[in-house]
Amino acid sequence: MRNPVNQTITNIAPSGIRKFFDIVQEMDDAISLGVGEPDFDTPWRIRDEAIFSLENGRTFYTSNSGLKELKVAISEYLTRKYDLIYDPNQEMMITVGGSEAIDIALRAMLDPGDEVLIPQPSYVSYGPCTILAGGNPVYIELKEDDEFRLTPEEVEEKITDKTKVLILPYPNNPTGAVMEGSDLKKIVDIVIKHDLFVLTDEIYAELTYQKNHVSIAAFPGMKERTVYINGFSKAFAMTGWRLGYACAPAVLLSQMLKIHQFAIMCAPTTSQYAAVEAVKSCDKEVADMVVQYDERRRYLLNRLRDMGIRCFEPFGAFYIFPSIKEFGMTSEEFATNLLKKQKVAVVPGTAFGQCGEGFVRISYAYSMDNLKKAMDRIELFVKELKEETN
Amino acid sequence: MQNINEKILNYIEKNSRIDLKELATILGESENEVINALQDMEEKHIICGYHTLINWDKAGIDKVTAMIEVRVTPQRGMGFDKVAKHIYNYPEVTSVYLISGGFDFMVIIEGRTLKEVAEFVSSKLAPLESVLSTKTNFILKLYKEHGTIMSEDRLDERMKMSL
Repeated sequence: MRNPVNQTITNIAPSGIRKFFDIVQEMDDAISLGVGEPDFDTPWRIRDEAIFSLENGRTFYTSNSGLKELKVAISEYLTRKYDLIYDPNQEMMITVGGSEAIDIALRAMLDPGDEVLIPQPSYVSYGPCTILAGGNPVYIELKEDDEFRLTPEEVEEKITDKTKVLILPYPNNPTGAVMEGSDLKKIVDIVIKHDLFVLTDEIYAELTYQKNHVSIAAFPGMKERTVYINGFSKAFAMTGWRLGYACAPAVLLSQMLKIHQFAIMCAPTTSQYAAVEAVKSCDKEVADMVVQYDERRRYLLNRLRDMGIRCFEPFGAFYIFPSIKEFGMTSEEFATNLLKKQKVAVVPGTAFGQCGEGFVRISYAYSMDNLKKAMDRIELFVKELKEETN
Repeated sequence: MQNINEKILNYIEKNSRIDLKELATILGESENEVINALQDMEEKHIICGYHTLINWDKAGIDKVTAMIEVRVTPQRGMGFDKVAKHIYNYPEVTSVYLISGGFDFMVIIEGRTLKEVAEFVSSKLAPLESVLSTKTNFILKLYKEHGTIMSEDRLDERMKMSL
């Protein structure tokens, strides 16, 4: 029999972290700080709209690009929040989560051999999606000294005549890093100078704790060379609804829409009706969640620093990314030992790229009670480690 | 930006038992400032008490609560305040609200038995000179109070790890 599988996908290694995940999953009494999704329920008014749409029998396909009412609402929301101007008819489409948007954007942009610059540590899908789209990922290793911000020097160093796309994953999972307007300006200059395109994944845009998020797409000259990706999962605690969106120049968006049309048809209709309520009237609900994340963020940072653990202050998403280098273990060894000894699960930094070595990701999408218990346990673990080494 | 008082109040309204050092950390303020602000607000009766939200049903302790709609004649020169004072001075009365609409006061009374509450209404509240009428509504089940749902906590059904 012939080999039934495609070589490209076979060659993409499965996440090395799977084994560790399986151990965590089986340990019933472990406290996990390992999730990448909000702990809050989707605000009731959003769920209520979904129920209402079902009661009214709105269970058919929407148009390929999404429900018009939702696109118009998102367009207004993006202007109100981030000074972005997108035509809901020509420059926007609703996708199955931000994940689908990443995939189809890369497929619509890349020709074989095109290079995509991917800062790491970052979310795991950019590299594989690039490869599946025929491109070559070129990783940029971000540094703790820069608070995991992307610097223009780092970008310039990796640019070749094959470079086509720069991925910009801020606010960042797993580091919690943000890029402020002044940081972005320097990147903008290089992108324009080298005639690159940007895929900006701003799924955590609502979750910043010092300054409001700034989008690179809002800079002069950038809209025409940017694919803007956002969604409902993180901001509105709607992970399971699988709903995101992409905005891009019409010439690019129309090609993305073709892929979406053939592969997906349309995003889930119930989710789309619910999402209208989210972007139109949930500012207060989002603000309340942000306040709570911020409280937890300060608490965790303080506890970790009190334990003597090195940790830069993250101002975005819901993650803290402390350094565990001083303990002389790999990230995976640290995470495995912490799980075995104190039954706390954190994610090894290497899950997000090799340069995540020496760090672990701690999520604060948990109740304060949970975080307290976990921090007490980590404190015991760290104390023991320090006594051993002394 | 919220000022420190507002931040403290928003937090302790839901959790008044928090350790002060922890509260300072969480709010990003110094411990001294938090202590001073709390003292100040206690003195000014902005913070009027620290109470506990109890699910008496679950504790197996019988309590009866009634919400009583009261229509009154306001007192000359004193409006409703004098009447309200007369009512809220009874320890059986846990809350008194001046209400717009079809009646004047909503009075909440707690007792051990139906009889005890009914007796209070008929012997103390209804006979008051300025009280025109009362309508007693007994509470059958408490679902939510002070922003807190009384039923069981939900389990965390998320996958334990996700990227």
